[in-house]
Amino acid sequence: MTIRQSGTPKWKELALGNAVLVPGSSRHNRTGDWRSSRPIWKLEQCVKCGVCTVFCPEGCIAMRRADAYPEADMEYCKGCGICVNECFTGCIAMQEEKE
Amino acid sequence: MAKRKGMEVSIAIAEAASMCNVDVVSAYPITPQTHVVEHLADIVADGELDAEFIPVESEHAAMSACVGAAAAGARTFTATASQGLALMHEILFIASSLRTPIVMVVANRALSAPINIWNDHSDVMTERDVGWIQIFAENGQEAADLVVQAFRFGEDKRVLLPVMVHFDGFVVSHVVEPIEMLTHAEVKTFLPDYAPQQKLDIDAPISMGPVGIPAVYTEAKMAGEAVLRDAYGPIVECLDDFGKRFGRTYKPVETYRREDADILLVTMGGISETAMTWVDRARAAGEKVGLVRFRLWRPLPDKDFKEAVKGARVLAVVDRHFSPGGPGGPVAQEIKYILYGQKGAPSIVEFVAGLGGRDVGFADFDNMYKKAKAVLGGATVPPFEIVQVRGGHHGEA
Repeated sequence: MTIRQSGTPKWKELALGNAVLVPGSSRHNRTGDWRSSRPIWKLEQCVKCGVCTVFCPEGCIAMRRADAYPEADMEYCKGCGICVNECFTGCIAMQEEKE
Repeated sequence: MAKRKGMEVSIAIAEAASMCNVDVVSAYPITPQTHVVEHLADIVADGELDAEFIPVESEHAAMSACVGAAAAGARTFTATASQGLALMHEILFIASSLRTPIVMVVANRALSAPINIWNDHSDVMTERDVGWIQIFAENGQEAADLVVQAFRFGEDKRVLLPVMVHFDGFVVSHVVEPIEMLTHAEVKTFLPDYAPQQKLDIDAPISMGPVGIPAVYTEAKMAGEAVLRDAYGPIVECLDDFGKRFGRTYKPVETYRREDADILLVTMGGISETAMTWVDRARAAGEKVGLVRFRLWRPLPDKDFKEAVKGARVLAVVDRHFSPGGPGGPVAQEIKYILYGQKGAPSIVEFVAGLGGRDVGFADFDNMYKKAKAVLGGATVPPFEIVQVRGGHHGEA
């Protein structure tokens, strides 16, 4: 029986002790789908200080836009709102997710 | 073959663990298990055993360190009792789910409150669902032998599960008993060096204990159920092989003078020795009575038990714990699970005895037998009786 590390494996297909045998599973396991609200930036108030990137517990915010403003990776963002609390200029607000 | 030597049972257990060449001992002392870990600490400090002894701050930490050590590929041993076992509770599930073959001896003791350091089975019986192999020793010889065997069947490639070896606090743990210890050479031929199936290794990295989302958790639990049930075969193979090599054979369900018995007592742990002596007396007086004991408790040896009680008409089950506000003693409950719906199944009379170290003697067995005999004659009895309780049972006038 082959071991399956993703999808919906049968119980005999699980690795011993349900271990992850190949590193890097976080690259393909998307963990942002239980978020109930998302951060929205008012870029005209943002000073590109980067404090949101530092405090994000998921490390999913980066100055990754072409114009070097911050942006959250919504496949990993859990919607915790810490970036909103830490932002110096108050340019981030949480917006409720819709179904 | 070594000579029988008078030894305190706790010391014999520590020596047996030491002979198994454990790599890591992580333990916190608690009455009545203390002498086991104290003596192991001595053995390590004296340089007789090349092991890491981790003196932790609690049993929660003890079991956590055991899981870590076993995950790193170490042969790991610990010991606890009562409150200590309860404090380990959440980590016990992790040890079995991560398939870390730790061996732990438990000197069974009552749980607080009121605080009580003496023997009963409230600690073990509240840990039935943790996914460990659980086996009972009735005396020191058995405890020392079962520790060595626990490493072998726990580490078996088909098993890879942690094992609890239970023995009664004080009435077994602190008794000086003639014990025939295996020699180092004998243990070496019986127990292969530990070669972990998988471990944390920076050259071949894996992650142990990742999240199990709802889409995976059910399958993970099914895998745990299957491996524990299937452990029965390798456990019996190991017990049989031990018997062939060293002449002391252990069975998942033990019986004593059960031939032609109408009534069978069912006991577990040290009390079984008193029960055997009582059976001898009753047999001498012409009574058709015998004894059945669970040695293996998880996986539950249901088929062996069914076979062992075949032909009996009444079972008098002696529990050392009960579920308040619930269905009585756990051993009786599980026997009902085994026998439910079976044609001609024996009647079950339930007793809860020996709570918090209360002595159970011949007079108690006489009374239990009298009640079982009444049931044999067609009488009805309360769902369960707490033996020796002063003031009568709940609901009695």
